Amino acid sequence: MTEVIATNQTILVVGGGISGLTAALEAAETGKQVVLVEKRPYVGGRVTQLYKYFPKLCYPTCGLEINQRRAKMNPNLTILTMAEVTDIQGEAGNYTASVKLSPRYVNDNCTGCGDCGKAVTAEFDDEYNYGMGKRKGAYLPHRMAHPQQYVIDPAIIGTDDAEKAKAACKVNAVDLDMQEETVSFKAGAVVWATGWQPYDANKIQPYGYDRFSNVITNVEFERMADPNGPTGGKILRADGSPAKNIAFIQCAGSRDKNHLLHCSRICCMATLKQTHYVQEALGDEGKSTIYYIDIRAIDRFEEFYQTVRENPNVSFIKSKVASIVENRANGNPVLKGVDTEGYHRYENEHDLVVLAVGMQPSVDKASFPVDIVINEEGFIEPASENGGIFAAGCSSDALDVNRAVQQATGAALRAIQVVNRVAGTEG
Amino acid sequence: MSDLNTAMTERYRSSFLKEVEANVEEGEWVKMCMQCGVCAGSCPLGNAWEHTPQKLFMMIRAGKREAVLSSDAMWMCTSCYNCIARCPRGLPITHIMHGLAHYAKRLGLSPKNQPTQQFAQIFWDNLMKKGRVNELKLGLSMYFKDGFGQGIKNAMANQKLGQNMMKAKRMSAMELFGGHSIKDTSGLQKMIKKAQEIEDAKIQGNS
Repeated sequence: MTEVIATNQTILVVGGGISGLTAALEAAETGKQVVLVEKRPYVGGRVTQLYKYFPKLCYPTCGLEINQRRAKMNPNLTILTMAEVTDIQGEAGNYTASVKLSPRYVNDNCTGCGDCGKAVTAEFDDEYNYGMGKRKGAYLPHRMAHPQQYVIDPAIIGTDDAEKAKAACKVNAVDLDMQEETVSFKAGAVVWATGWQPYDANKIQPYGYDRFSNVITNVEFERMADPNGPTGGKILRADGSPAKNIAFIQCAGSRDKNHLLHCSRICCMATLKQTHYVQEALGDEGKSTIYYIDIRAIDRFEEFYQTVRENPNVSFIKSKVASIVENRANGNPVLKGVDTEGYHRYENEHDLVVLAVGMQPSVDKASFPVDIVINEEGFIEPASENGGIFAAGCSSDALDVNRAVQQATGAALRAIQVVNRVAGTEG
Repeated sequence: MSDLNTAMTERYRSSFLKEVEANVEEGEWVKMCMQCGVCAGSCPLGNAWEHTPQKLFMMIRAGKREAVLSSDAMWMCTSCYNCIARCPRGLPITHIMHGLAHYAKRLGLSPKNQPTQQFAQIFWDNLMKKGRVNELKLGLSMYFKDGFGQGIKNAMANQKLGQNMMKAKRMSAMELFGGHSIKDTSGLQKMIKKAQEIEDAKIQGNS
């Protein structure tokens, strides 16, 4: 049975992405007790799935390493992975949280050696790579996963594969008898940092994400560009041939009454960044075309935008693409629409289309454990009705990593204020 | 209505957008257009006319009064509602197009021999007589709108269609003699007249 030691002066952080991790670390480093609950088997969230950051085109692994090191070194921080908050009762200064822990079937003895992964034969779609590529039934979710422990897929429990994994383990880390359990513990304040998910591209019917194999999303493209990703950094079409003439469609699901009302803020910069990937992978052979309503490279990113503008291999077409059809002969997507600069009707064929899908907040009002004020865009409002629950990062708004981290630090401070009040009354 | 046209030109000299907002049905939506172009790209007939909704809305903002009001584009709209369904800002584009067409006609600026405009007028006049559309007379009016000779030619060309419709009891030759009406035709006519008076007063008030 897992035991979580917590009091009314403990801060509960829900979600271990970059925002949750930041809030947890900042609070823990001021001396507060923090419990971080993360649904995935590792912390870092979607940042771990990025190849590079804008605007410096540096690697997220760098900052992630620092944060993971801070987490390992801090005795005030308890991290629960494969854990989900199922209920929260009480009020600011006195919450009781229930957390469901799913079995990892691997205990803390794990050294991450990988012998179990080699022994197992069953393969599954790799969720870390958005289903592009496969992973084993016993796997390390990604190279830098923290905790650096393997996971056994529940689907192989009860099969020979599970026994093979157990037999292969030299450090007695595989525990096939692990059960799901629910733990309850106290918390004075809650930082809610459940982040975001890519908007479901299937809902943008005219773009045919569900019908055309050479229409993908920007998060998939990000994995493709990563040398450690499913294609080894090659930009490929569905048939495995190289994609050279690539279209990016902005506001795919954002700023649209039929989809997400808000501007997701990151997609313009993400696309501008991804044109660099095209250059990096293909040199002058790689052509990028950006279809946009308007480019929102906010404040200090303007320079980044101008640099991409000057690249002769990148063209900009001011138009929201009306529809995509497929050229049956070669599988090329054909983009149809009318451009705003001259009102020319176009039908442009590309090798690959990347939909710059928006940020959908991962906040579900219907299943939220307590009363919470959520705005029409689906984000948590900073409202006094929320009591001791504070949204961090993309639970509060569509933010890039930089702003999410700033916002999460602010949320941590709010939470600290609540537990300090509790400390003041309890002495 | 050219006096009205002069009055409107005088009054809204500085802003055609304001004129549209005040006088065109759903015209207050025009300023919400963000020029993304989805309406233009989604319009099944878009390549058949000169001014797509996107372009018209920009022309309105640019003060191109003559070009907008004398355009045949609004008259080509088939009300398929693709643009309304797709518009990310929720503009009632189809309705704005019809509103523009109506306003242009009121000012006497709509293109003279535009066939859908002619059809709209014939349809309206036909409907107002009995409160119901007399399909036989409507068809004949359309055939003969360009003169007697052309009318005979049109009628001959569509002879089979007419005969089949009569066989299938979709149309009756008896309709030529008066035709059937609603219960209270004059009541309907009074209602419409009143509505027109209210609308005219509103537009006149704006001039």
